[in-house]
Amino acid sequence: MAHENEGISSMRGIGVPELLKLLKKVKKLSFEDVEIVAEEFAFELTPIVLQAVSPETQKTLNQVKERVAELASLLGITVPQVAPPPPPVVEKPLELEKVTFEPPVFTYTGEIAEVQIGATGKEGGTRKKTIKIGGEKCPPFYRFEHPTPNRPVVALDVFDLLPPLPKTIKEYYKGVLDDHVAWINKCIEEYGSDLVTVHLVSTDPSIKNTPAPEAAKFIDKILDAVDVPFMVGGSGDPNKDLEVFSEVAQVAKGEKLVLASATIDMDLEKVAKAVSENNLNVIALAFLDINQVKELNSKLMDFGVSKNQLITDPSTGGLGYGLEYTFSMMERMRLAGLMGDPVMQIPISCAATNGWAAREAWMKVDEWGPREYRGPLWEAVTGLLGLFAGADLFMMMHPLAAKILKKTSEILSKHKIKEDLKEIPYENWVTMKI
Amino acid sequence: MPKILRPLDVYKHLPGTNCGKCGEINCMAFAAKLIERQVSIEQCPPLFEPQYKAKLEALMETLRPPVKEVKIGVGDRAVTVGGKVCVYRHELTWYYPTAIAIDVHDEMGEDELLKRVKQVESFVFERIGMKLTLDMITLRCVSGNPDKFAKTASLIAANSQLPMILCSFDPNIMEEALIAVGDKKPLIYAANEKNWKDFAKLASKYQCPLTVSAFGDISMLKSLCRSLRKYGLDDLVLDPGTYTVGDSFGETVNMFTMLRRSAIEKEDVDIGYPLLGVPAAVWISPEEDEVSTKMKESYLACSLMVRYADILIMHSLDVWVLLPVLVCRQNVYTDPRVPLAVKAGLYEVKEPTEDSPLFVTGNSALTYFLVRNDVETAGGGWLVCVDTGGISLQSSVAGKRFTADMIYEAMKETGIIDKIRHKSVIIPGYAARLSGELEDMLKDWRVFVGPRESSDIPKFVGSVWKKEMGKA
Repeated sequence: MAHENEGISSMRGIGVPELLKLLKKVKKLSFEDVEIVAEEFAFELTPIVLQAVSPETQKTLNQVKERVAELASLLGITVPQVAPPPPPVVEKPLELEKVTFEPPVFTYTGEIAEVQIGATGKEGGTRKKTIKIGGEKCPPFYRFEHPTPNRPVVALDVFDLLPPLPKTIKEYYKGVLDDHVAWINKCIEEYGSDLVTVHLVSTDPSIKNTPAPEAAKFIDKILDAVDVPFMVGGSGDPNKDLEVFSEVAQVAKGEKLVLASATIDMDLEKVAKAVSENNLNVIALAFLDINQVKELNSKLMDFGVSKNQLITDPSTGGLGYGLEYTFSMMERMRLAGLMGDPVMQIPISCAATNGWAAREAWMKVDEWGPREYRGPLWEAVTGLLGLFAGADLFMMMHPLAAKILKKTSEILSKHKIKEDLKEIPYENWVTMKI
Repeated sequence: MPKILRPLDVYKHLPGTNCGKCGEINCMAFAAKLIERQVSIEQCPPLFEPQYKAKLEALMETLRPPVKEVKIGVGDRAVTVGGKVCVYRHELTWYYPTAIAIDVHDEMGEDELLKRVKQVESFVFERIGMKLTLDMITLRCVSGNPDKFAKTASLIAANSQLPMILCSFDPNIMEEALIAVGDKKPLIYAANEKNWKDFAKLASKYQCPLTVSAFGDISMLKSLCRSLRKYGLDDLVLDPGTYTVGDSFGETVNMFTMLRRSAIEKEDVDIGYPLLGVPAAVWISPEEDEVSTKMKESYLACSLMVRYADILIMHSLDVWVLLPVLVCRQNVYTDPRVPLAVKAGLYEVKEPTEDSPLFVTGNSALTYFLVRNDVETAGGGWLVCVDTGGISLQSSVAGKRFTADMIYEAMKETGIIDKIRHKSVIIPGYAARLSGELEDMLKDWRVFVGPRESSDIPKFVGSVWKKEMGKA
C-alpha cells in the first residue's frame, strides 16, 4: 500500500483505525501485496460530502470508494452497491488524427564477421571472381535499420560420384553428369548459382573409399578448369574427411575455398591448422544443438581459425521435418551475435537440400499434385525460412529452388526499391477478375 | 524482449475465492493457465458479476497481448487471430496460428461458388497426427453491385460455417452485406483514408472486426488506427499492403517487420493488431506462366507467415500450393519449449512378421517420423522408440538418455523379444558404442550397428542385414 503524499510504502500490521485516518487525506491509493486480517469492516462516505466537494476531489473520493470496495471484497464483506455511473459519451472523432510512425530502430553491440570466398590472383589465389557473405549489423532484412551488406548466396551441389537423386533434379543436369567442369559451368552460367559445392562423395569409406590424395588431384583439376570460387564437401566420415581436407588444403592453398564441414567428432586442431595455414574457409557443422554450435565455433577459433574464415551451420531440418528448430536456432544465433557473443558473430550456412527429406517433396501421390512442382517448392521454402532467420549461404540442389531463393535474396537485399509503391495498384486484388 | 506475465500478476485481478467453477483447484492455477492461453476468462463466471467489474477490466488490460486477439466469425469454426506476445518464437511461443483464407467473388456462378466454398471448408491434410485445414472464405466484390454482393454473402453463410472476410471499399456495398450476414461477425475489409468514418460506423453498428488499410504508408495506417480507437473500435486488423511486383516485396517485408516490432518491443498500442497479408495479390500481375505464379503465391505466403502475418488471403486451391504453407504453419506454430515427442513403445511398420527387421531409436517426433519413413521404404519392420524425453537421438546418446539399459528395458517391456525369430536388433549408428553392452544383456542376440543417417536404412537392410541373416 502506498500513500502518495507521505510515501508510505509498507503498512504491514496496520490497524483499521489508522487506515481510516490515512484514507481521509489520501489522493491516490494503490495496493501491493496486501493482506488484511479483520472480522468486521465498515466504511462510509456520505453522499452530502460528495456533493460538496470539487470535481477533482470527487474523482479522488471515487477512487477511494473503489479501493474500499476492493478491500471489502478481499475481506469477503458485501458493500451496498451504488448504481454505476452511465458510460461516458465517447466523442466520435470527425477528423483524422495525424501521427507519424517512427521506425523501431535499435542499437546492437555486435556485428557479424565478413567471410570472403575465393581469392583472385592479386590475393594469392587464381579465381576470377570472389564472393563476400556476412557483415550484418542488424537482424535479417531489417531494412529500416541497416541495408543488407552482402546478399546471401546460393551454392548448387555437384558430386564427384552421383548419389541417388530425385529424377526431377537429374533431368536438369542431363548430359553433364559425367563431366564435372561442364556441370559446374551449367550451374553458374545457366542456373545462376553464385558458386557450387563439389561433394567428394566417392571418398566415403563405405562407398568407394577414394584415397585422399586422389580426391585432392580431382579438386586440383577443377581449380584449373574453372575460375569461380567453390566449396569442397567431404563424405561425412570424420576421420576420412580430415585426411581429405588436409590434402585438399595443400592443392587449394591461398584460394579461399570453403571446406564443408568440420564436426565436433573431428580432430579440430588439425582442421584448424589446414584452414588457417592455407588461407581457406571452413563450415562448422553442429547437430541442432546450440551448445554444440558454441563449442565447435569456439574450439575452431581457439585453434586459430579467424572469424573471417568461419561459417556456422546448425543443421537444417527440412520443411515439415524439424525446420522450426533450425529456424529458431538461426534466429537465436544471429541475435546472440548482434548482442555481442563473438562465437555467434559468424555467417550462417543452411542446407536447403534437406527439404528433400520430406516425402511431400518427392513421393508420387496424385492427390498432392505433381511432384515436379512440390519438390523445388519444398526446397525453396526450406531455404527461405533459413533466409528470414539469418542464413547467408545456401546449399541447394534443384535449379528452380535455387533461382527462387537467389531472386528473393536479391529483392530483400536491395538497399532501395526501384518501384514507387504508389504506382502499384495493390488494392486491385479486391476487384480483379480471376 | 516480450513482457512475460507471472501468475501473481494475473491472480490479483481474479476473485480469489477459489470457488472451483472454472474446473481448476484454485484461482492461482487458473491464473497460470490464463497466461498460457489454455483457458479463457469466460471460464470464470464470478468475474462477470457486477462486484468484480473493476477486476475484470484490470484483468483484461493485464492479459491484453501487445498484438490484440481478434475473433472473426461465430460458432465452432470461428477463428481468433493475433494474440502475439513476442517477435521471435523462441522467446516464448507464437499463439494463434496464421489463419488462411481462400478467395471467391460475387460474379462467380452459384454452382462454381458453392463448389469452391465446400472445397475450402472440407479441405484437410493429415500430418503427424494433426489435421491441417483452411480457415476462412474471402468474398471479393467484383460486380460493384450491393445486391449481388449481399446475396453472395448470404449464399455463403447459408452453406458454410467458415468465417468470412467481406471485401469492398464502398460503404454502401459493405452495409448491404452486413445487413445480410453481419450477425456472422465477418471481418470487414477495409477502412482507408477516404472511407474510414463510414466504415467506423459500420463496424460499430454491426459489431464486426474491421481491417484498416493504408497501402505503403505506415504513418497513415497508424493515424487511422488511432482515430478508429478513439471512435471506440478495438477489433482491428492491419493491411499495410502486400506488394509482390519487382523488388517491392522487400518493402512489404520491411513494413510487416516494423509494425510487429513496434507493437511488441515498443509497445505501440495504436498498431498493436493482427497483420493481414495477401499472397493472392500475385495474380494482379502474374508471372510468365501459371505454375510460376502459383509457386510465387505459395512461397510468398510462407515468407509472410514467418514475417508475422496473422491472416493470409490466398487464391490457389491446388494441394501442392497449399501444402508448404500448411506445413510451414504446423512447424513454426509449435511450442518451442516443448520437444515434440511420440509415445515411447513398439510401432509396427507395414505389418511386420517374426522375420522382419527390428530397429530401436528415440522418441523425438522428428526421429520417429524420419526413421519410420525409412523403415517403410526398406520394406517395413518393428520399431521400438525408447523414451528420450523427446530429445533428438544424437543429443540423447551424448546426454545418456539413450543407453543400453534403456534399450534392453524397452525391448522387454514391449514384448518384442518374444515376437521375432531372428534374434537381432539394429541400433542407430550414433549409438554404436552401446552395441557391446547391449549384446551382453541380450545374451544370444546379435546387435547390428545401423547407419548414422536414417535415410541409409533401406540400403543397410538390403546390403548388410539381409545378407548376414541369410548366412545365419
